[in-house]
Amino acid sequence: MAEVIRRATREGYGDGLCELAEIRPDLLVLDADLSAATKTSVFKKAYPEKHFNCGISEQNMMGVASGLASTGRLVFASSFAMFAAGRAFEIIRNSIAYPRVNVKIGATHGGISVGEDGATHQCCEDVAIMRALPNMTVIVPADYYEAKAAVLAMADFNGPTYLRFGRLAVPMFNNSDYKFELGKGVTVKDGKDITIIASGLMVAEAMDAAQALKEMGIDARVINIHTIKPIDRDIIVKAARETGKIITVEEHSVIGGLGSAVGDVVLEEYPVPVIKIGINDVFGHSGPAKVLLKEFGLSAENIVNVVKANVVRG
Amino acid sequence: MDKKLVRELEIDAAKIRIGIIEGVYNAKCGHPGGALSIADVLAYLYKHRLNVDPGDPDSPARDRMVLSKGHSAPALYAALALRGFFPFETLKTLRQSGSMLEGHPDCNKVPGIDASTGSLGQGFSQACGMALAGKISCDSYKVYTILGDGEIQEGMVWEAAMFASHYKLDNLVAILDNNGLQIDGKLSEVMSPYPIDEKFEAFGWNVITINGHDFSEMEKAFDAAERVVEKPTLIILKTTKGKGVDYMENAVEWHGKAPGEEDYLRAIKQLREHLEELEGGAE
Repeated sequence: MAEVIRRATREGYGDGLCELAEIRPDLLVLDADLSAATKTSVFKKAYPEKHFNCGISEQNMMGVASGLASTGRLVFASSFAMFAAGRAFEIIRNSIAYPRVNVKIGATHGGISVGEDGATHQCCEDVAIMRALPNMTVIVPADYYEAKAAVLAMADFNGPTYLRFGRLAVPMFNNSDYKFELGKGVTVKDGKDITIIASGLMVAEAMDAAQALKEMGIDARVINIHTIKPIDRDIIVKAARETGKIITVEEHSVIGGLGSAVGDVVLEEYPVPVIKIGINDVFGHSGPAKVLLKEFGLSAENIVNVVKANVVRG
Repeated sequence: MDKKLVRELEIDAAKIRIGIIEGVYNAKCGHPGGALSIADVLAYLYKHRLNVDPGDPDSPARDRMVLSKGHSAPALYAALALRGFFPFETLKTLRQSGSMLEGHPDCNKVPGIDASTGSLGQGFSQACGMALAGKISCDSYKVYTILGDGEIQEGMVWEAAMFASHYKLDNLVAILDNNGLQIDGKLSEVMSPYPIDEKFEAFGWNVITINGHDFSEMEKAFDAAERVVEKPTLIILKTTKGKGVDYMENAVEWHGKAPGEEDYLRAIKQLREHLEELEGGAE
């Protein structure tokens, strides 16, 4: 089998911004002293006059982003997920979501795969926090190409948006022709026995799990939900109807993220069991990303085990 | 500043104060104290300083005015109504369900409001963003923002202060309502931000301190601010909280309380008599 090519979704963010600038000359990018890590440095190199460092002050950055956007510009404000959704939450709520300004929050280093920096930097609550805000769209791209395409799609979408990117290089399973459709889930593998709904870097793990399950005679469907809000209700209800059971997998707390969003839909429209794989209401700790992902059950292997325990083969 | 203009500004300020009391009384809640203390500067800005047009409230070329101390909304609403953005009568709907006049300003509901504010500190950062936008595209509009003196206890205010001087936002004028009182008491007792002028100077700002109820001093200060290059300006207004209503003046309990009927009648009588005097004298 050919070697899998890996790149972090944050790299798709940086490259996406550069391409977006070509179609949106009004694009401005803010960062809070993390541009090398968030990859807005790539944009800064190409468009130095359109990149503004706000220093280590995420609260002010979000307010500035709002003021810039109020003049009609397309603004991306970047930091780590922890300091964007976390530290600057209330400014995002009152200065961005409430007035419904066209600010895109480019939050990198989401989840446990931040790795060695440890719990203070591993934000596993951001999707829950951002999802709760009225007017806020929440996007979690699964690979480099999807990240880049999601950024480009922002050219045609006016409204507050939270985009979550990862630090870790992850498999590129899409290609450069990938079209990002806001609010539309993607069936990456069809199946009839059970559905695995994943987001972010867990989509690739879910695909690996489905492959392993196939060899065990279990036909699992895999859906990539890149837009957590507004969520694709149809694809979820269809999966519930046709496969009768859903496993959600996310690099995020099991409280309030993808699993909760899927659960809400299923509960209202077609109740079937939903089993959530995610961070189980605990803080992370330091360690290599791949070790942590395994340790916290965010692996193809664990997905296989959970599926096996929940599928009664007929 | 000529006497006729001063008299007109005094009349506008008196009307703004009446609008504040009418609004807060009808709402049975709100923040009269800090609204009354900025009535004069709002009269000055909206009559004489700001390039705004009620017929085209969203004009890209307009000056921006962000009320960072959003709880003083009744004063801003009254100033906007006087300037012709909406009927003065609307002020009586303040804080009512279905009214566009929210307890704190909503820029998507009210013509002439440039930013949704209310959570302290945030309007200041938004104003910085608007000023930076003007710099980027070499627009000639100015950005004004009014902060409370208690508001500057918020940490993000100092983030914004650093940002504005770093990016040399000389198209930004911050106005500080230094009435010396906040909800829990005197600033100096709750959490002293003094010396405010030296702090902002240390952050790279041009600072001017004036009597916040004197229009001639305002004229000089705002003119001086326009002459400063590569630095933002802070105009500290020394004000009296509750100005214009005798029992509210310098009385901390009127920060966030509406007058009952008796107090309302007393306030409105004083303000109307003052207005009549001014209008009589103007003829």
